[in-house]
Amino acid sequence: MTNTILQYVLYLVILVVLAIPLGNYIGKVMNGERVFLSRILIPCENAMYRLLHVDKEESMGWKKYAACVLLFSGFGFILLFLFHLLQGALPLNPEGLPGTSWHLAFNTTSSFVTNTNWQAYSGESTLSYFTQMMGLTVQNFVSAATGIAVLFVLIRAFTKVQEKGLGNFWVDMTRINLYVMIPICLVITIGLVWQGVPQNFNAYETVTLVEPITLEDGTVITEQIVPMGPAASQIAPKQAGTNGGGFFGVNSAHPLENPTPFSNLLEMISLLLIPVALCFTFGRNIKDKKQGRAIFIAMFFMLVLALGIIAVCEQSATPQLAQNGAVDISMIDQAGGNMEGKETRFGIATSSTWAAFTTAASNGSVNSMHDSYTPLGGMITMLQMQLGEVIFGGVGCGLYGMLAFAILAVFIAGLMVGRTPEYLGKKIEPYEMKMAVMVCLATPVGILIGSGLASLVPEVANSLNNAGAHGFSELLYAYSSAGGNNGSAFAGFNANTVFLNVTIGLVMLFVRFVPMIATLAIAGSLVQKKKVAVSAGTLPTHNALFIGLLIFVVLLVGALSFFPALALGPIAEYFQMLI
Amino acid sequence: MSTKNKSAFSNKKMVWRAIKDSFKKLNPKTQLQNPVMFLVYISALLTTALAVLAFFGIRDANTGFIIAVAVILWFTVLFANFAEAIAEGRGKAQADSLRAAKKDVQAHKIPSIDKKDMVTDISSANLVKGDLVIVHAGEQIPADGEVVDGAASVDESAITGESAPVIRESGGDRSAVTGGTTVISDWLIVQVTSEAGESFLDKMIAMVEGAARKKTPNEIALQILLVALSIIFLLVTVSLYAYSVFSANQAGIVNPTSVTALVALLVCLAPTTIGALLSAIGIAGMSRLNQANVLAMSGRAIEAAGDVDILMLDKTGTITLGNRQACDFIPVDGCNKEELADAAQLSSLADETPEGRSVVVLAKEQFGIRGRNMGEMQIEFVPFTAKTRMSGVNFQGNEIRKGAADAMKAYVEEGGGKYSDECDTVVKKIANLGGTPLVVAKNHKILGVIHLKDIIKQGVKEKFADLRKMGIKTIMITGDNPLTAAAIAAEAGVDDFLAEATPESKLQMIRSFQSQGHLVAMTGDGTNDAPALAQADVAVAMNTGTQAAKEAGNMVDLDSSPTKLIDIVRIGKQLLMTRGSLTTFSIANDIAKYFAIIPALFMGLYPGLAALNIMNLHSAESAILSAVIYNALIIVALIPLALKGVKYREVPASKLLSRNLLVYGLGGIIAPFIAVKVIDVVLVATGLVV
Repeated sequence: MTNTILQYVLYLVILVVLAIPLGNYIGKVMNGERVFLSRILIPCENAMYRLLHVDKEESMGWKKYAACVLLFSGFGFILLFLFHLLQGALPLNPEGLPGTSWHLAFNTTSSFVTNTNWQAYSGESTLSYFTQMMGLTVQNFVSAATGIAVLFVLIRAFTKVQEKGLGNFWVDMTRINLYVMIPICLVITIGLVWQGVPQNFNAYETVTLVEPITLEDGTVITEQIVPMGPAASQIAPKQAGTNGGGFFGVNSAHPLENPTPFSNLLEMISLLLIPVALCFTFGRNIKDKKQGRAIFIAMFFMLVLALGIIAVCEQSATPQLAQNGAVDISMIDQAGGNMEGKETRFGIATSSTWAAFTTAASNGSVNSMHDSYTPLGGMITMLQMQLGEVIFGGVGCGLYGMLAFAILAVFIAGLMVGRTPEYLGKKIEPYEMKMAVMVCLATPVGILIGSGLASLVPEVANSLNNAGAHGFSELLYAYSSAGGNNGSAFAGFNANTVFLNVTIGLVMLFVRFVPMIATLAIAGSLVQKKKVAVSAGTLPTHNALFIGLLIFVVLLVGALSFFPALALGPIAEYFQMLI
Repeated sequence: MSTKNKSAFSNKKMVWRAIKDSFKKLNPKTQLQNPVMFLVYISALLTTALAVLAFFGIRDANTGFIIAVAVILWFTVLFANFAEAIAEGRGKAQADSLRAAKKDVQAHKIPSIDKKDMVTDISSANLVKGDLVIVHAGEQIPADGEVVDGAASVDESAITGESAPVIRESGGDRSAVTGGTTVISDWLIVQVTSEAGESFLDKMIAMVEGAARKKTPNEIALQILLVALSIIFLLVTVSLYAYSVFSANQAGIVNPTSVTALVALLVCLAPTTIGALLSAIGIAGMSRLNQANVLAMSGRAIEAAGDVDILMLDKTGTITLGNRQACDFIPVDGCNKEELADAAQLSSLADETPEGRSVVVLAKEQFGIRGRNMGEMQIEFVPFTAKTRMSGVNFQGNEIRKGAADAMKAYVEEGGGKYSDECDTVVKKIANLGGTPLVVAKNHKILGVIHLKDIIKQGVKEKFADLRKMGIKTIMITGDNPLTAAAIAAEAGVDDFLAEATPESKLQMIRSFQSQGHLVAMTGDGTNDAPALAQADVAVAMNTGTQAAKEAGNMVDLDSSPTKLIDIVRIGKQLLMTRGSLTTFSIANDIAKYFAIIPALFMGLYPGLAALNIMNLHSAESAILSAVIYNALIIVALIPLALKGVKYREVPASKLLSRNLLVYGLGGIIAPFIAVKVIDVVLVATGLVV
């Protein structure tokens, strides 16, 4: 017991201890201050600007910045879409995999461009090395960087006073990739290769099993195909950039994607590292560390809460698993708990932690199957996505989403202290409010419309692995995952149909770009405003009261939007199990 | 204003009018103004249609239930209308009495000041800017204007509610007159400054009536939030229908949710409480301001008052009593104290200023020197002039003068006397104490100094300390020299002061505070205050002030009271707090409503969900009805709070927040659980549901 708790604590401590210096580093990089890599990277950076004719002194207004974001993402979209369709004719395809269907291509492309990385396919049997590496890995880097870039636009809007310029998209993009993403991913990749993750262009290998398997019908299996490919280099950004799209179908539960406890630790920590670090970057760069810490505490509190519930639920399993006492699910002398769908190598603690981390961050990679979690454990993973992925959330986008919630919280709380609301010295007026509700409510809108529509389409029922309340949970989870730009899946849901591919793809695009553009618009308006002086009459936004209020607002919006849906899914299932 | 301090409910006529207006407001055009309530309006129409269909046998729920929901929804709409109507009622009553003052009168137009007798009578409605009119005693002033000739006492009670007449005269800061007021004595020649329909009275009527009420930016921002929440809840209920179909299919049973039940759920979840009360809160805030006899030119100004964190207060009248009082006689150069007092008293006998009188009083108190007959003693009074800056008396060949130190120094030295170091020391000492030294000399020889003291008003120090706790800095504005100003500032407990203030230095100070991100409020009356008033974020012009000052400000204080600024800030803050608190309450209510309705809807499908029926409500129908009834009644229950405003205290922001969160947040979560349960019990007990 103590051991298990220590394990959870250790994971959290490692995460925060690494995130603080990283936050500082990212802050310096984005301000153009010197860091230890500057000596090597400044020449590269300048060379790129020269090559691409980028004027690095140019400071864009929000509209131009938004246009660059859309142009860049749009271009990436078209390229990736074509890779999918034409991969049969493209190089690096030792298995000779054909082009995918248009709807799968649309779905996967939307998924990777939006940093969701929902996968309606299994990588090893569907995509060529070229598509994986030149398409998906590239998006793993740039979609993450786009989110971070937009966050920095918002940060600048809070610090600048009565200006217009918010920074240069191309410079931000270059710096984030060059100084942050690439170095971190390089370290992780080397670590993973060291632990045994493949990194090659070889054809799949057929190996003889050490111990042949006899199936129920008597067939004896002696051979296995082992997939290969440039996996490590894709897994690193998949984790670090909160992407989550596995190289292989079962993601980080696959022994070649996540071979050892150390690789597991490396992947698990790296999936939340940048989102956590960015909270500290935020505080540093707005020159008020207390504000960053407050946001961090709010997110951390919710993460620990979620982790705690998942851990307890999984550990105590269900009455059905105990089979009236016939099975010992206590945790004395053995792992115990609900081990269904979990790797025995990882056990409950590591699986629960990963589940909590990956759905808190909009990562979506998994090392266990959330479908097999207990009703309430599975509900928490779903709820974290439904909250709009603001418990750390995706790199950049999680924090700007949370800041929009802070604007909502400040709006109501600000009124209650008898002032028109302001956040970080900037007045919140109708325009900001309009945009902030778009950021905060895009996720509920996307999920509710998507899942509501899917509930009415008869063919969707065929995609389900289970009937009844759990079947509904599978459907709800799929749209929650898309609506939170998370990308994880309740295993067992066959998502590769025209209807699901298209609607899920559209939901992903909606919840990515609507909040993103709205955030840029908020920044565009805030940057032109004066900074209001701080006094005792100003609502403090760094104390426990505000942190509590922020948590309450996030949970309230989530709960009010999804209570009925959850009542018909996991909550109903939970009560069914009790009876 | 005649309706001062009367609760809106105590007036039967007003309630009747509000009830009538509630029905008038059912007009879809009016409803569309308030999107949240429009949603309820549509829902009421929809359920009514369902009820009609139910009579023809097309129904997905019990007919009685559908009718009950439809009726309750109509009441919800009416209650919201009533809230707005009752808030408007007070303003309408005020407007009625103002309208009575505003009638067409015959104006005596004259071609120029010199030709007072060439009167042409025209209707006041036909006056144009620049016209000159003469108004005699007993006549109503036909239009707003500047007095260009004459002086008269004017009864302004029609506007200010104050029955004591005021003096209006040409030139200076008391030259503005308002149409609709009455000249009581003498006559005035007025140059018209506003045309019919744009007069102060017109503006006032429009403001109190709410006709000119535009939604303020903050109201719009809040409405955006409310609309967004309503959209989410609309999606929640629509998608719930789909989920319900899906789940029922999976379970192989008939869909358990009816459209009526979902419409009821939607109305319960939508932030109807704040949606219904939002405009009432705004109107009531404006109305509270009117009751304080302040007229805001826009709702925005009231909100800005809540944000103000610098108050620039005039020393005189706000911090100190209007006048200084003599508190000591200090003889110098070997002079006798009684001799000084005697001379001082003599020189002040004819001095009708409060300072002068206080010298006489002090002399009587200390030495029993009584009043003397000036005629008998052949005393000739020398009044104060800006040039000499002295006043005094000449009698029997003697000259007594009193005045400011530098003026007196010049006076004695001119007469060959000596301004001693001792006198200088005393003068400085008094100034350091915050007093005003008044040097007294007889025949060019200095006798001593009168110590005039500013009397700080009672309680201001505590008031300023409270304001400081709320983060509001007070700046004292005074014409005094920095030394005196500093001493008074310290005694009164203001945060800062502006000494030797000039209109330019005031303007400069406002600008520099604003550039640091502060919001500044000030009061002013003179024409030279106009630039500073125009610059300030909240600018209160005195009604006694000039037209220029009134136009530059965004509020007019009809009482012309310098302490009004503090009340205005309080009203502004209270308005915003009420809005925020009721929003919090409204949203927090949803939790209980979910627990009432969701188990009720799906207990048939998943019996286990009965565990969520923590209020143990009787049946699905009673649960839904209880929730919608609560939803309607809470609007009525909160109308008094919306009109009165939430309790306001001068404490720091975080304390205010925690208190309001506790009352309206936590209260908003708990209250409906209890209320819905009670309604459910009543419904069952009375046999209204089975």
